[in-house]
Amino acid sequence: MPSLLAVANLEAYYGATKVLHGFSFGMEEGSITALLGANGAGKTTTLRALCGMVKTRGEIRFGEHRLDGRATEDIVRRGIAHVPDGRGTFLNLSTEENLRLGGYTRRDRAGVSEDIERMFGYFPRLKERHRQQAGTLSGGEQQMLAVARGLMMRPRLMLLDEPSFGLAPLIVEQIFQIMRTINEREKVAILLVEQNAAMALALADRAYVLETGRIVISGSAAEIRGNEAVRRSYLGY
Amino acid sequence: MDAFIHQFLAGLATGGIYASVALALVMIYQATHHVNFAQGELAMFCTYLAWSLINAGFGYWSAFLITVMLAFVLGVLIERVIVRPVENSPVLAVVVVFIALLVIFNSIAGWIYSYTIKTFPSPFPAEPFFGNKYMSSHEIGSIGVTLVVLLLLYAFFRYTPLGLAMRAAAQNPASAKLVGIRVGWMLALGWGLAAAIGAVAGMMVAPVVFLDPNMMGGILLYAFAAALVGGVDSPGGAVFGGFLVGVLENLLGAFVIGNELKLAVALVLIVGVLVVKPTGFFGKVHVSRV
Repeated sequence: MPSLLAVANLEAYYGATKVLHGFSFGMEEGSITALLGANGAGKTTTLRALCGMVKTRGEIRFGEHRLDGRATEDIVRRGIAHVPDGRGTFLNLSTEENLRLGGYTRRDRAGVSEDIERMFGYFPRLKERHRQQAGTLSGGEQQMLAVARGLMMRPRLMLLDEPSFGLAPLIVEQIFQIMRTINEREKVAILLVEQNAAMALALADRAYVLETGRIVISGSAAEIRGNEAVRRSYLGY
Repeated sequence: MDAFIHQFLAGLATGGIYASVALALVMIYQATHHVNFAQGELAMFCTYLAWSLINAGFGYWSAFLITVMLAFVLGVLIERVIVRPVENSPVLAVVVVFIALLVIFNSIAGWIYSYTIKTFPSPFPAEPFFGNKYMSSHEIGSIGVTLVVLLLLYAFFRYTPLGLAMRAAAQNPASAKLVGIRVGWMLALGWGLAAAIGAVAGMMVAPVVFLDPNMMGGILLYAFAAALVGGVDSPGGAVFGGFLVGVLENLLGAFVIGNELKLAVALVLIVGVLVVKPTGFFGKVHVSRV
């Protein structure tokens, strides 16, 4: 499998405070990787660092491109869709306009309209509400919208920040199901940040456990799932 | 009754001007949460540019078009060169920059063109359309121009990808960047558009109030009132507020308080709206969890 993402000695800063202390990891084309760890471990910051949303040091390679030091707009144009925590919904725009914005950088207008229909196929609820103001959607619907908006970019890599946050178990189940489908059908690699370690490990191929800005454990998802000591001390289940 | 109708319609005509300037204010407010105090002086300066072009032998409408384009470029340049460096500064710093811009444009206009009042031509005929006795051709024409500008803007924001991107950038800059929108340029475009709208308003009002460096002072005040009445974050509200303030100002000035106190109407409205209904007619109440 060719390498998709290679991160070396990644550091990140909020102002003068260093929050990621120089770690390295990689991802393969089309794979699913989970980033696990407690609150404040640096999971969200890692995703933000990849997208140039915080000050970073170290090297980030994405395919043939260097991403470190670039502006967010340029990074995402190279094929990274970031579904941020809080979902990043454009609250005052309609559901369809939100999707259309996902295709903003694409030049194939017909393809964008086709993809919107395809998203409605994945998420029938969004079709029902395509003219509705996105701010009036439920939390689960907004999460679906955020994933769909990301897919509209036709990304090679999708960064998902806590897609299960604040949602009912049934909806979470649905969203994880769709992520698996997306990964298989669209060949999109997924870097998943999750509090729900059990579900994340069931979906992922590999996992990294973060603690206060460092990677403390890495391995295949099956290994980590099978290691009871790790599960108990870091993942809490 | 005739006098009343006449005053009412004249109010609509000036109201259109207020609506345009209010819209320009609201556009920048929505994107940056700053009120551009220099909006009026920018419009005045552009009107002088139009005057120069007309005096240099250009026809009215070609001078009009060139001025609108120049205004757009000027707006973009101001955002890129002057406003951008203070983007993340405290609000007072930004306010000072805007006030400085106001004074600078006022002084440059006075320096280049002197403070003597000049006449500015109207593109519309001197005799009223269809011999009607209520409105001059210029009043009808300027309402028409205002409506065309508003329709064009509406279509731009509603139906074009760039318009959608500008709305997205104004609403949620972080998320807009994540779908690849160059948010900084969207702000610059917004400034350009606002300056262009202001220039149109300036050229429409100059034949009525005459051209001088202080001609937009009162108009900016009415436009503030209009934006507040409509709701400072609502473009539709700003337009509605503009027409309402125009009519109110005219009727009150003619029949109730007299022309000397007209400007006070704007101030009373501003204070009144802020006290009674700070969100205006169409503004949103902002609620946030703490």
